Amino acid sequence: MGERAIAAEARDLTKDFDGKRAVDGVSLTVPEGSITGILGPNGAGKTTCLRMMLGIIDPSSGSRSLLGHDRPLEVARQVGYLPEERGLYPSMPTSEAIAFLGALRGLPLKEGRRRALQLLKDAGHEDWAKRPIRTLSKGMAQTVQLLGTIIHEPKLIVLDEPFAGLDAINQQKLEQLIRDQAAAGVTVIFSTHVIAHAERLCERIVIIAEGRAVFEGDVNEARGRLRPIVHLRTRSADGPWREALPASARLVGGEWRFELPASGPEPLLKALIDGGAGIETLSIERPGLHDAFIAIAGEAAAREMGHVPNAEEAA
Amino acid sequence: MKLPETIRAAFVIARRDFSATVLSKTFLFFLIGPLFPLAIGFGFVGIGAQVDRSSKPPPVAVIASDQDFGRLAAARERLEPLSDAVPLVELRHVAAEPDLAAQRSRLLSDNSRPVIAVLDGGLTFPHLTGAVTSKGRTARQIGLYVDEARRMAVERPSLGSPLYLTPTASTSGLEAFARNLTARFGQTLLFVLTIMLAGMVLSQLIEEKSSKVIEVLAAAVPVNAIFLGKLFAMLATSLVGIAFWAAIAASLIDLLKEGGLAALATPAVGWPAFLGFALLYFSMSYLLIGATFLGIGAQASTAREVQILSMPVTMGQLLLFGFAAVGVGEPMGAPAIAAAIFPLSSPFAMIARAAEQPALWPHLVAVVWQALWVALILKVAAAVFRRSVLKSGRSRGWKRFFRRAEGVEQLMVP
Repeated sequence: MGERAIAAEARDLTKDFDGKRAVDGVSLTVPEGSITGILGPNGAGKTTCLRMMLGIIDPSSGSRSLLGHDRPLEVARQVGYLPEERGLYPSMPTSEAIAFLGALRGLPLKEGRRRALQLLKDAGHEDWAKRPIRTLSKGMAQTVQLLGTIIHEPKLIVLDEPFAGLDAINQQKLEQLIRDQAAAGVTVIFSTHVIAHAERLCERIVIIAEGRAVFEGDVNEARGRLRPIVHLRTRSADGPWREALPASARLVGGEWRFELPASGPEPLLKALIDGGAGIETLSIERPGLHDAFIAIAGEAAAREMGHVPNAEEAA
Repeated sequence: MKLPETIRAAFVIARRDFSATVLSKTFLFFLIGPLFPLAIGFGFVGIGAQVDRSSKPPPVAVIASDQDFGRLAAARERLEPLSDAVPLVELRHVAAEPDLAAQRSRLLSDNSRPVIAVLDGGLTFPHLTGAVTSKGRTARQIGLYVDEARRMAVERPSLGSPLYLTPTASTSGLEAFARNLTARFGQTLLFVLTIMLAGMVLSQLIEEKSSKVIEVLAAAVPVNAIFLGKLFAMLATSLVGIAFWAAIAASLIDLLKEGGLAALATPAVGWPAFLGFALLYFSMSYLLIGATFLGIGAQASTAREVQILSMPVTMGQLLLFGFAAVGVGEPMGAPAIAAAIFPLSSPFAMIARAAEQPALWPHLVAVVWQALWVALILKVAAAVFRRSVLKSGRSRGWKRFFRRAEGVEQLMVP
């Protein structure tokens, strides 16, 4: 993290709903200007964490600070929020709806109207300006709400499942928008259960499973939790070279797969050559975030997110 | 969040709500809605007058000498000033025929000139025959005519002068009575407007809940500001309605000058101050009752639940009105002071006081007192909303009392 200031911080956040613990001692730190992804399956407690961080609900215990303030609503003007349940007044014209979201965050209405038209123009949706929200499709309304989230030029943007309900093109546009905001120095926090988005966008991730933050750190650090994977094909089926493979090595479709031993690639190569393996192909792959997520959150969490087929499906 | 920021946020929400309401097509129905009962009322008054004119009871046929009938007619004329709204039974003279029984029977069955009864026997042996009872209006009035006619027959005309009248502008008794009427009028007007308009806030958060906007609002501004904004938006909407209805009413008042509103006594504080207080106390009453309703209505998640809540809420308003009405006529009495102190009935009690007592300082105290309660009720309503609907804050034992509907739980809890 280096010298970067902290944009958002949570310490031991806990939330109980009617005696049931939804969030259990979550701590996280979001550096200024970073893109931080909060990963976890549905019901893991991501939204509740975000709502506590934003001050929509108070935690049962623990503390949080947003842009240096213990009371998040005091810095509401500098925060943009896209909730998971998108909410706009159906009868409001689109440009008014965007301006209204800005006005809620302290942007004068006149300036908000001007910026709303500009944002719609920049997004190529000028023709939506006067259309009531009820006439827009779900994806269009989501775009409108996203524009309302950034209209007041916040320092921190919190997006709860922003990719849900968007088609591939709009997902790409949203990824670009997040990158642009971060490039402009805006801190972005978003929750998702799609690891690919986090892998492409985030420099930091928080993995939440069953209400607990099981990992918090850089994406590379998460990947670093796993050793690189060796993929090996040999001409020889058996021989002394087999002693160089770790006990966990698996043969999948004629290819050996195993974690690179701690001693590194050189002793492995030497043992394989000296043992007469007859190396056909050998590659060493760095594990992806997907593998790291499974290793950290467990297969059950990954299955809930749809990233690991269950036994039945695999069969 | 600091107060100016809360007020700014409340203004943003109030402006949205106000324009969304006033610029909607349904607002026209809101404006003309209360005029329907008025129009129907006027229609019924007209029909009633018509019916009244055409339903005057038939006269009593009097078989008597000219002298006796003259005395009876004179007696009726003397008694007539005692009867204001209900006319006295009319008499029709019929000359006596030889066969009295046959004449009586013929008169009672004559459809061309119907009579309700037949009086014969003169003043000495008066005998009334017809569809009447001894305690009915016709028999009682005919009895009075006969008594008065007999008295007039034996008494000499009075030697004294007729009643000499010196009218004065007013007397204390008349003024107290008239101000009492003004107080009741002011109180009733305030109550009718409040009951008609404050109920609207019950459903104020339904739109936000159903369109999920509440999450966006709650993330940007405090719940206090949301409630305050909604309350003032509805107050402003109501005042637009009142201005419209007042304009319509002004022309009606003009029509009703005789015996209508113009007949009300000048209130103790004077008309300009009284009308100012009426507006002020309507606003305070609206804010007080509206804040309570907003808190109650915020627990509902559907229009059906709001409808269910409406009945007890209306009953509650009636009770408040009844409580405040007890004190009218005795502004320094315990009931009037209690009603002025109890925050929800205070505006009703104070508008009556404005009609009856000239002192202005109690109104200043009352308005400050009522404003404090508006703030307190809003604060409590917002806290209950945060705890029960947003499921925010640390657990409290009593929160189960405010547990919201299952639908809202599904809506708000991730």
